[in-house]
Amino acid sequence: MTTEMEKAGIPVAQVTPMTLVAETVGSNRIIRGRSIVHPLGDVDLAPEEEHELRRMLVQRALDALASEDRTTA
Amino acid sequence: MKVVHYLNQFFGGVGGEEFADTPPNFLEGPVGPGKLLNQILPEGSQIVGTIVCGDNYAVENQQDIVSFVNAKVKEARADLFVAGPCFNAGRYGMSAGAVCEAVKSESDIPVVTAMSEENPGVDVYRGEVLIVDSGSSPANMRDVLVRIANLGAKLANDETVGPPSTEGYIPQGFLRTEFVEKTAAQRLAEMLMAKLKGESFEPEIPVTTFEPIPVPLMTTEIAKAKIALVTDGGLVPRSNPDNLPRAFSRVWGAYSIDERPKLLEEDFEVAHGGYDNAHVQQDPNRLVPVDVMREMERSGAIGSLHEEFLSTTGNSNPLENSRRIGREMAQRLKEAGVDAVILTST
Repeated sequence: MTTEMEKAGIPVAQVTPMTLVAETVGSNRIIRGRSIVHPLGDVDLAPEEEHELRRMLVQRALDALASEDRTTA
Repeated sequence: MKVVHYLNQFFGGVGGEEFADTPPNFLEGPVGPGKLLNQILPEGSQIVGTIVCGDNYAVENQQDIVSFVNAKVKEARADLFVAGPCFNAGRYGMSAGAVCEAVKSESDIPVVTAMSEENPGVDVYRGEVLIVDSGSSPANMRDVLVRIANLGAKLANDETVGPPSTEGYIPQGFLRTEFVEKTAAQRLAEMLMAKLKGESFEPEIPVTTFEPIPVPLMTTEIAKAKIALVTDGGLVPRSNPDNLPRAFSRVWGAYSIDERPKLLEEDFEVAHGGYDNAHVQQDPNRLVPVDVMREMERSGAIGSLHEEFLSTTGNSNPLENSRRIGREMAQRLKEAGVDAVILTST
C-alpha cells in the first residue's frame, strides 16, 4: 500500500513495529512503532507518558516525510 | 476446429503507424502470421477469418471493436479465438487482451493471445486470458505460434493445461492442486542438497521481488501540508459499515474524523483477526493518532489533518490485492488534495 501511494507521488511515512517487513517491500520512510497491539501507544505507561510517546512517534513520522532520504527511525 | 484470428494493421498487412486509425475489417481465411499459424494448427483445424484493426482505432473505440469482434466470432461459429502475437506493442497488447476477454465472456469459447512480459496488456489481462510469453522479438514468431496452437487445441478439446513453465504462457497467479509423488519434506531435502552442491533447482513458489522506488519528495512544507492518516489495522466505525472482514480483505473504507478532537472508544471497533484488538479498542488513537494530529494542527506544526482516515485489514492479504487497495486509496487521497500520509501498521 505504501509503495503504491508513493508511486502515485504521495510521500508516506509508515509507522510499524515490523520495520523489516516494511523495508523488504520497499517502504522509504519507516518509523518503528511501539508494538503490534498498539503501534502508537503503550499500555504500560501512564496516560500522559503514553500521549508523549505518541506525540514523539508522530513527530518522527513528520520528520521522515520532510526528509529526502530513505529512513528507518 | 474453426479459428478466428485478430491482428493489428501492421501484422494484418494494411500498413504502419500511418494506418493506425484504420477501423476493423473482416477477411476470409488466414492473413499474415495467421498463414503460418494455419499450417501449425492440428489437422482438421483452420483459420476461417481474420479481423484486422488499427492500433489507435482499437484503443480509442474499445466498445466498437469489442462488438465487432464478438459479432464476427459468432457468425463464424468459431471454436477458438486467437489474438496477436503482440510482442512489445502496447496498444496492440491492450486491444488483444480486451477482445480476448470479451469473446471469452460473450461466446464462452477458449481464447489465447501472446505478448512479452513487459507489455501493459499483461498486467491488465493475465488473470482472465491465457497469454503466451512471446518475448519481445518477432523473430520468435514460429515458436510462439506453435505454443499458441498447442494451448488453443488443448483448451478447445477440454484437455488439462499444464503449468506456465511447461506450456510457455505467462503465469496467471492461480494456485492449482496437483498430485505429486514426493512429500514436501523429500522435495525440500532435494532442493537443499542441490543448493549445497551448487546445482540449479526450481523453487515451487515464485520468489517475489520488490523493486525499490524513488523517494517522493514533499511539494509543500509540513507546516502547510494536508496530511492523511491511513491504517491497515482494521479500525472501523461501530457496526463496521463496509463489512471489513477480519482477514483476506478485498475492501477498504474512508471514515470521517471531521471535528473530532480524538477517537473515542465508543465510536469505533476493530476488524482484524491478526492481533489482539483490546488495546486499540480501548483507545483507537493508539492505532490512528487523531489526538496528537489535532494538537499539531492547532499548534501549526502541520497544515491540516485530512477530514477522513482510510482503513483496511492487513491480514493474510495477497500482495496483488494489497497493491490494488493501495492504488485505490492513492487515487482518493490525490483527488482530495492530500500532500502526505502517515500509514500505521500493526
